[in-house]
Amino acid sequence: MAELRFGGATLIARRSGALWWPERRMLVVADLHLGRAERYARRGGPLLPPWDVTDTLHRLAAEIAALDPAQLVSLGDGFDDDLAAEALDPAARQLLWQLAQGRDWLWLAGNHDRRPLSDDLPGRWAPELPGPIAFRHEAGPGPDVSGHMHPVVSLAGQRWRCFVLGADHLILPAFGSYTGGLDIRDPAFRRLVPQGRAICCSQAMFTVPLPAATAARAGVRPPVPG
Amino acid sequence: MSSLPPLFADWFARNGWQPHPHQLALLAAQGDVLLIAPTGGGKTLAGFLPSLVDLYLTGAQGLHTLYVSPLKALTADVARNLARPIEGMGLAISVGDRTGDTPESQRRRQRAEPPQILLTTPESLALMLSWPEAPRLFAGLRRVVLDELHALAESKRGDQLMLGLARLRNLAPGLAVTGLSATVEDPQALARFMGGARVIEADPGPVPDIAMLPTSRPPPWAGGGGRYAVRDVLDAVAQARTTIIFLNTRAQAELFLQAIWAANDDNLPIGLHHGALAREARQRVEAAMASGELRAVVATASLDLGIDWGDVDLVIQVGAPRNIKRLVQRIGRANHRYNAPSRARIVAANRFEVIECVAALEAVREGDLDGEPRGPGPLDVLIQHILLTACAGPFDAEALYAEVRSAGPYAGLSRADFDACLDFAATGGYALRAYDRWQRLLLRDGLWQLRDPRAARALRMNIGTIVEAEKLKVRRSGRGGATLGEVEESFAATLAPGDTFLLGGQVLRYDRLRELVVEVTPQPRREPRIVVYSGLKFATSTELSARMLAVIADPDRHRELPPDIRAWLDLQAEVSGIPRPGTLLCESFPRADRWHLVIYGFAGRNAHQTLGLLVTRQMEDAGLAPLGFLAMDHALLITSLLPVEDVAPLLRRPTLEQGLEDWLADSSVMKRSFRAVATIAGLIQRNLPGTRQTGRQATFSSDIIYATLRRHDPDHILLRATRDEARRGFVDFDRIGDMLSRNAHIELRRLDRVSPLAAPLLLEMGRVRLGGSGHERLAEKMAQELMVSAGLDRLEPG
Repeated sequence: MAELRFGGATLIARRSGALWWPERRMLVVADLHLGRAERYARRGGPLLPPWDVTDTLHRLAAEIAALDPAQLVSLGDGFDDDLAAEALDPAARQLLWQLAQGRDWLWLAGNHDRRPLSDDLPGRWAPELPGPIAFRHEAGPGPDVSGHMHPVVSLAGQRWRCFVLGADHLILPAFGSYTGGLDIRDPAFRRLVPQGRAICCSQAMFTVPLPAATAARAGVRPPVPG
Repeated sequence: MSSLPPLFADWFARNGWQPHPHQLALLAAQGDVLLIAPTGGGKTLAGFLPSLVDLYLTGAQGLHTLYVSPLKALTADVARNLARPIEGMGLAISVGDRTGDTPESQRRRQRAEPPQILLTTPESLALMLSWPEAPRLFAGLRRVVLDELHALAESKRGDQLMLGLARLRNLAPGLAVTGLSATVEDPQALARFMGGARVIEADPGPVPDIAMLPTSRPPPWAGGGGRYAVRDVLDAVAQARTTIIFLNTRAQAELFLQAIWAANDDNLPIGLHHGALAREARQRVEAAMASGELRAVVATASLDLGIDWGDVDLVIQVGAPRNIKRLVQRIGRANHRYNAPSRARIVAANRFEVIECVAALEAVREGDLDGEPRGPGPLDVLIQHILLTACAGPFDAEALYAEVRSAGPYAGLSRADFDACLDFAATGGYALRAYDRWQRLLLRDGLWQLRDPRAARALRMNIGTIVEAEKLKVRRSGRGGATLGEVEESFAATLAPGDTFLLGGQVLRYDRLRELVVEVTPQPRREPRIVVYSGLKFATSTELSARMLAVIADPDRHRELPPDIRAWLDLQAEVSGIPRPGTLLCESFPRADRWHLVIYGFAGRNAHQTLGLLVTRQMEDAGLAPLGFLAMDHALLITSLLPVEDVAPLLRRPTLEQGLEDWLADSSVMKRSFRAVATIAGLIQRNLPGTRQTGRQATFSSDIIYATLRRHDPDHILLRATRDEARRGFVDFDRIGDMLSRNAHIELRRLDRVSPLAAPLLLEMGRVRLGGSGHERLAEKMAQELMVSAGLDRLEPG
């Protein structure tokens, strides 16, 4: 777990990839992409192992059990598309209702799921959550907490999901199981966070400075293969 | 057809040629044939002669002959070579090639009106067979020629080709198939691989002139680069017309070239060729070789196959050959003229390799080749084939199963395995039946077909069985900087700005990684700190290892070895013991506050690597505090803080098996194998060249899929295929098993200091990291100490 200061608040970056705001007892997750395997299959693509929804929800359930949040915010792309939300199997749907029991569950809009959700899913829907720190899918006027980018750090042949922290933006890693990643060396990050750091979801949650051109120097060098 | 028509006989005579006996034998043969002939034996013409004669006599229209080769470059070369007899005899025969490089307009023309002779690759054939019009296109096909079949049979490309061939045989009954192969250890096995064929062996030609290259200095005790012999190699190059110098790894080739340039006082033009260089750079070197501008090229396995250069009259192999068959095939690259003997020289990179070289030379003289038997046809390739079959149209499972079984590699395929592959292709084959609505393949009216015909496009994009490691381009910094080559992503990840490394003979400074391109600045006159990416390391073959052990174990045969090696082995016999068949020799000795365990397994470096991982784990559990290990082809060295008192318990097979399962499950070897299997089976979309995705839409990593499957569906067919594959390839566990059953006794020698045979291993250990000059002095000092301690200094001349 890594404590960080952002927009005047003290926040906790969790190794799971979730963000915890203790003061508000708010748990934030980005890019669950529930139903991605189903969407691939529906479109005639590869038939991926169909456990992504189960895995993602169980990791989320573990975080909820550990923290008992008053509010849960999904930063958009909670579902891989609107049909995927409808196609959710009954067990997963039931688990979602259980998890939402007794808390404010907020689905924000993403680029994969722009429309309000159907009634048989728990929680309420909003395009974004304004405030001193705004919460939205894609980074906008700061300070805001966003998702969408799926940041990852590649170092020494390994990859970790990571938080990207700058003066105006805090970008969360994708929480969903079957999500790819965008390397923090990509210019897209430089535009949003000219200077800052990436906090990796590794065991020790180590930090890499940004811009990432200097990231390699900060990394631990493995032995050269013989 | 049985004899050469007069027009053809005249053409041979006009050119002053005699048809080779095997060319005539092939012409007379009925049915499927496998021709084994050395390079330069007119093999390709032999393969085409029956087609040319048949087309001349019958004037048959439409696609008549399909030629398949592993290299695009070869198809272009063959097209040129075919033009000669066709034009020379004024034959009206159309020839065309179709590979990944063929322009779209030409492909469309070929689809509408195919040439009589079509030259292609296994992947392009698989693509053509996935077209709905494939039955019509191939219905009139009379002949198939499979070139370099020995090379294709070594990889999954061969399995895919054989499945395609089985399809062709059904589409065109009466098809005659001709396989062309270089010398192989078991021609009958290769004939079975192509579904059964009569073997015709050409006269192997004169015995090759092959020997050790005399060197002015003895080889060093350790190391693999052979740079001590650079001057001797240059002398040999100067006396030959054109030379190919083979090294075993890319890094060694780079370093050897650097050493050559430093010593090349006569400025002989010498080039470099290996798989990490940019394609343009390789093509330039190939063109310069073909036109005779180069006197030599330093190369790796990237030149094992390819266009024949008639002018090459000398092959030099630097470093032990590891494999007798590859050595013979490399030797065959010299003197493609049929009647002249190939000339080859071998340079042992270190003293232990001298023994390997002597054993290899003996094997070459006896014509005793090695080769691991092929495993059964892999299931991931079959899955791809099933999906592509569905792209061509609805199919009957029973009929497809029968067809697949007619392909050599799948002759023993069980119905259960076939059904499991079909189930994977249709539903994903998961324990959780989640995709009933979205099956890929549906059974309608007894025939399997694509649920969504649009899926065919994505499936065709995924054709092929070559899954490359993620590579990054290396480019000069600055606007429009030239591309210099490629390195593996994992290597790039180890670089920090300012690090220098060697590529294409240049020292390059790593500046930055920008948009997945490694940007560098050339640094003349700087020492490279890191050499190059690991590349592929071949293990010494079982056959060659056994021959080495036989030479070492028999004092009478030490006469075949140079005096310094003889003295070395004598000293080893005196101080410890000599490894011999039937007994696994191990040594344990202290040195510099550490304990060392050496196991002389002679099982090859991959098997020793795996054994090292498994044994150190057990030592960890036993509290012996292992520090590290080094796997060589003949031995495994393990360093620990506490001594191993009894080695037998560490080598119990059930314990090792269990350890293997545990370790494999989470090892990078398994993840790498899974990535290849899942890509070939179409579960993961491959990164197409030029369309590499960089955004967050990029496909999730195969590691996630692997972890998910292991957690929820450990018996899934892709995990089974992955385990089978990993056990054979890098892990080579089967060779550990063989080694243990070969050696009834395990003998542990407890010594008070390093033994003569073990000393070079400790030197290798110190070489794992390359460093600057200070580091080198340190290594030299250490080397000297070691030599004195092992009593080897007395053996050094002067």
